[in-house]
Amino acid sequence: MSGLDKRVGSYEEALDGLTDDMTVLAGGFGLCGIPENLIAEIRRRGVKGLTVVSNNCGVDGFGLGVLLEGRQIRKMIASYVGENALFEQQLLSGELEVELTPQGTLAEKMRAGGAGIPAFFTATGYGTPVAEGKEVREFNGRPYILEPAITGDFAIVKGWKADHFGNVVYRHTAQNFNPVVATAGRITVVEVEEIVEPGELDPSQIHTPGIYVDRIIQGRFEKRIEKLTLRS
Amino acid sequence: MALTREQMAQRVARELKDGYYVNLGIGIPTLVANYVPDGIDVMLQSENGLLGMGAFPTESEVDADMINAGKQTVTARIGASIFDSSQSFAMIRGGHVDLTVLGAFEVDVEGNIASWMIPGKLVKGMGGAMDLVAGADNIIVTMTHASKDGESKLLPRCSLPLTGCGCIRKVLTDLAYLEIEDGAFILRERAPGVSVEEIVAKTAGRLIVPDDVVEMQFPASL
Repeated sequence: MSGLDKRVGSYEEALDGLTDDMTVLAGGFGLCGIPENLIAEIRRRGVKGLTVVSNNCGVDGFGLGVLLEGRQIRKMIASYVGENALFEQQLLSGELEVELTPQGTLAEKMRAGGAGIPAFFTATGYGTPVAEGKEVREFNGRPYILEPAITGDFAIVKGWKADHFGNVVYRHTAQNFNPVVATAGRITVVEVEEIVEPGELDPSQIHTPGIYVDRIIQGRFEKRIEKLTLRS
Repeated sequence: MALTREQMAQRVARELKDGYYVNLGIGIPTLVANYVPDGIDVMLQSENGLLGMGAFPTESEVDADMINAGKQTVTARIGASIFDSSQSFAMIRGGHVDLTVLGAFEVDVEGNIASWMIPGKLVKGMGGAMDLVAGADNIIVTMTHASKDGESKLLPRCSLPLTGCGCIRKVLTDLAYLEIEDGAFILRERAPGVSVEEIVAKTAGRLIVPDDVVEMQFPASL
């Protein structure tokens, strides 16, 4: 790593500095657009006590599910965690703490975190269990709840293409949470399918500008499909 | 006869207007896409970040990077756009979606909805449902009128943890189409062959029955 060239040579180097009890933000929706090799590297490092922020927690044996196998997650902040038997088991045994967060609020918490906004008011969740213990304020006669922003020690992101500068583009709906996650990490690591030559990406088509990105690595991806559905 | 899932989807589809942006939840709401009336063009929003959801793919079109909010493989139609999750929920929370259709466990006369959690059973999470009900003006809830044991799901007060409060004004069940106004359900339409008496018996919340309740009509093929 030197200057504006964000490329690193190995996955080990990509997550250098990740230690126990850190907060890790992870992009992806279901198994779509997940940083699968960075997750595997967290598994390999064996760090424990992690707080993981991600819309979902993978499935048994793939995605963030592998970190459950290693009992590496202490707390999960997610909107939907229904696809995972091990998750349920660790939740019921008390090994795992879960903070269920509405999907849009979760995205906005990270957007705000990356944008230097410490908290925001939203109508989402008012009058529901999500609002418990949160400040309520009325604007124009409607009640809103105060939601704090989220930032992480590490943000792990899956992109399609990136250049040396860490400019990233995403492909189709594999974009999902990745751009907001990329903004909210103290150290943001992006793995991509292809690192292209400087100048190859059109500046006006960049999804994540390189300023948010600290480390870039090219990987190979399984891209497992969760629910294959065909036209009949 | 109670409506089939397909008939419920077809009835909801009659609420679509040309040019609408529509979010369809998982289950019966998803089927609404099959019954968009001729001459009407709508854009389907999928909250994982796709506006302009198309048909399910053929085998050769399958792409792991192209899924809907139910995590099914899909395609994008002509005119579609793709964006990140915060943008997706900005359009939902900001009230830009014209119609939202979603399922529920319970609704009540105050327009409260419970759809995400049954205490004591596995709690999977609310996904985008809380954002959708908080952000939309025009919501249709699709659900069965009563549980398999005959317990009404149209209540004076929801018993399960809420998804949103005071946000539901239209409910389509397998027996009836109802609106919620001033602390009561108002019966607007009944399913073919379903009597007003049956609907009254299966509605626990306050129910107003106007003089002009119409019977829904469906083509014979359904």
